[in-house]
Amino acid sequence: MLNLDSANQLKARFGDLISDPVQFRGEVTVELADAGQIAEVCGFAKSKLGFNYLVDISSIDNYGADPRWTVVYELRNLANNAELRIKTDVSEEKSELPTVLGVWATANWHEREIYDMMGLRFAGHPDLRRILMWEGYPYFPLRKDFPLAGKPTNVPDVAFTRITPMEGGPFVTVPGGGDSIAREPRVRVPENAEPGLSDKQLAKK
Amino acid sequence: MHTQSEIGYNSKIEGDVVITRIDAALAWFRKNSVWPMPMGLACCGIELMAVGASRFDISRFGSEVMRFSPRQSDCMIVAGTVTYKMAGFVKRIYDQMPEPKWVIAMGACASTGGMYRSYAVLQGVDNIIPVDVYISGCPPRPEAVLDALIKIQNQIGTEPILSKMNVVAQLTGSSKS
Repeated sequence: MLNLDSANQLKARFGDLISDPVQFRGEVTVELADAGQIAEVCGFAKSKLGFNYLVDISSIDNYGADPRWTVVYELRNLANNAELRIKTDVSEEKSELPTVLGVWATANWHEREIYDMMGLRFAGHPDLRRILMWEGYPYFPLRKDFPLAGKPTNVPDVAFTRITPMEGGPFVTVPGGGDSIAREPRVRVPENAEPGLSDKQLAKK
Repeated sequence: MHTQSEIGYNSKIEGDVVITRIDAALAWFRKNSVWPMPMGLACCGIELMAVGASRFDISRFGSEVMRFSPRQSDCMIVAGTVTYKMAGFVKRIYDQMPEPKWVIAMGACASTGGMYRSYAVLQGVDNIIPVDVYISGCPPRPEAVLDALIKIQNQIGTEPILSKMNVVAQLTGSSKS
């Protein structure tokens, strides 16, 4: 109930910018129509609703759909344990939204990570450098159109990357019955890839 | 009556002469004082600490002196996942180690990239530095690390030292002066 109250107060303040709260197993999500307002919305959530802890910021690549990006903010009120999730869409052409660094200082590294992995820029961020990969790495590896095996790169005296061999892959868990030997990742010949059969059983067939 | 007990200390050893070759003696010194460079990069590093602690006690083999300076170490133990970001530093630290030097690739990740078939992980540290012994396991048991160390020691024990030095001296011309 607490979560829903917070979401309704947010909606009362910002009106049509905020969607009707969606509740799922006690977790409340609202969508923000204009990503450009995220700093104001978050500022209100912190100062008036008491969401003093930014748990995480994550980003989703809806590859092939428009708008391509969704950025998700997870907020928590440490005084009464209320939780709120704010989602906002960003188009591929823009690929930019305002930083919430002025609201929570911890947003600094979260936003750097999203920039590093997805290539979304945060306007007003004072130090938008890569955080996991190195400066000069030319790709954004968590985008859906980036291959898992990677691409060859070389930044002299810093780091290189090569294409990872993927023979026998993809190494994915098979759902359904069977013991862990049958279910867990291993080399599978696609035409024999029946779920729930171990290599021994396959050999017998 | 002669009461001196020889338990614990044999006074006859001192003063005796042991005959050997200088090469063999040097190899014996060398193989029993392999100082590791602990390159702990991931969870294998924790298991490497267990090797150094009292239960498994790597000092039984003369390798308890973990050196965190490459200048003072003989054997780099690459323990863990080598990412591309770290690869340059591993190579640089290896290059800073004085000859002779050896490398143990500890665990699946250091040997082959392990389960990380990904854009971010070097697929085996032997892509950048020469590896003498690979240890399987994820992570390997501490006994496996000791086994790898013994294999390194056996290798060191058979390596000629003086003849190698002569070759180096001839190549660099330092013996003429």
